[in-house]
Amino acid sequence: MTGVRVFAVGLRFHVKALTHSVFFLLTSIFMPLLVATVAYYMYRAGNQPGSLLYVSLGAAVYGIWSSTLFGSGGAIQWQRWQGTLEVLVSAPTPFVLVIAPLTLATSVIGIYSLASTLVWGRLAFGIPFTVAHWAAFVVAVPATILGLGLLGFVFASTFVLYRNANALSNMLEWPVLLVTGMLVPLSLLPGWAGPIAWLLAPTWGVQAIREAALGGTPWPDVGVTVALGLAYLAIGAVCLRHFEAAARRHATLSLT
Amino acid sequence: MRAFARVFFIGGVIAYRGLFNWIRPAMYIPTMLVGPIFQILFFAYLGRYSKVEDDTFFVVGNAIQASAMSAVFAGTMTIANERQYQTLAPLLATPANRFAVFMGRAIPVIASGVFVSAWGFLMSRLLLDYDPPLSSIPALAVVVVVSVTSCTAFGLTLGSIGMRARDVFMSANIAYYLMWLLCGVNIPLSALPDWLAQIGRLLPLTHGIAAGREVAAGADLAAVSGLVWTEVAVGTAWALIAITLVHWFEYEGRRRASLETF
Repeated sequence: MTGVRVFAVGLRFHVKALTHSVFFLLTSIFMPLLVATVAYYMYRAGNQPGSLLYVSLGAAVYGIWSSTLFGSGGAIQWQRWQGTLEVLVSAPTPFVLVIAPLTLATSVIGIYSLASTLVWGRLAFGIPFTVAHWAAFVVAVPATILGLGLLGFVFASTFVLYRNANALSNMLEWPVLLVTGMLVPLSLLPGWAGPIAWLLAPTWGVQAIREAALGGTPWPDVGVTVALGLAYLAIGAVCLRHFEAAARRHATLSLT
Repeated sequence: MRAFARVFFIGGVIAYRGLFNWIRPAMYIPTMLVGPIFQILFFAYLGRYSKVEDDTFFVVGNAIQASAMSAVFAGTMTIANERQYQTLAPLLATPANRFAVFMGRAIPVIASGVFVSAWGFLMSRLLLDYDPPLSSIPALAVVVVVSVTSCTAFGLTLGSIGMRARDVFMSANIAYYLMWLLCGVNIPLSALPDWLAQIGRLLPLTHGIAAGREVAAGADLAAVSGLVWTEVAVGTAWALIAITLVHWFEYEGRRRASLETF
């Protein structure tokens, strides 16, 4: 019960704190709007206007991914810079309950990107927002946020060992955007990208949201997104325990 | 003149090393070399799907724009970080020529930008349908150097605002990402509304990228000299704005005793 309370309080605290961060709002609102705008103009110039809602939804999930990645890269690094990492690690509360709410909060902030991208598409480009399966859409969005947030948790757990975690997170933004089919259909990518895409929750999350909005069978995609999220949680918890022990052993926790 | 050259070249390198002492291969390689490759791949594939242009269009646009990560962010930091690190006042207490002090720092920034851009072109040659004639490489190199220099002048302008503004890095981020939209990196200017295209023409890279595309298609340097000289003019204008702002903010900062206040 204490664990649930720590998790819930941590999640609420971090969502409120991140909402006050101008930089985070830039990441979660401005970036997907810009990517969506570039893609809108490209699709229009290429005479493919029918795909604009497809672009909107993909750009929105990109916004969730972008803020999750930035947050997971920073989750450990910020604690290092502030000198609080050792205190958190040595506290009796399991470290997983400290970090997981932070990475999940960064993807919850992505809800701003979903809303702003859809509103921007409607106001600036006249893209109608129609949802074929509302019930599935309402479930698919939080499932995607959960899946992405827990993927961020896996990254954050490995970043305990890595001093330049934010550089690694910078590097991961484009590859995941490319291989998960957020804006480019997977069928267009080389064959080797497929198996990588299947292991990433954003692939299934964006598919679930699109199929819920545009029509299709979103529920299997929702299920895979949640299942991958739970797998990430287990992997992240194991990694965090091992890497935390290694960082203690090598006395590298506070090194910046 | 000798003192000017010494401050410009040697001072520029020393200042760069001091301000960017945190850069390590573990940070530079993922951010400056790996990230741009996937940026180019992403837009090339998005271009294939949207059927707007061929791979060469996106390779040239994004490989040149990738240099802006160095030109805009490092250009901004070369001035603004003096204030962040609380070294601005001692620096401005020296009698050194301000142009030599601040513009000399641009040389390593330009070198890094050209390197990132060249890396982008090389990897695109290996990974995408991008096969420019070998004879175009010298002209393309000239276009890249001019574009990166012009973009660094823009970065220095943003950095000079950092002598006064509280948080200039937010503006640098916005400016950097807006280049994707406004500078013809991924969208032909003709596909943008006129007012957006006009803003793009005042920014660095726009004319350089246009010249780069023509060169990659086989044009020689003489054929694109108009675009190259326009890029030079745009860069010169931004450099003049940068140095004017440096002088103005230094004067204002001294008058108000606000050089290092936030």
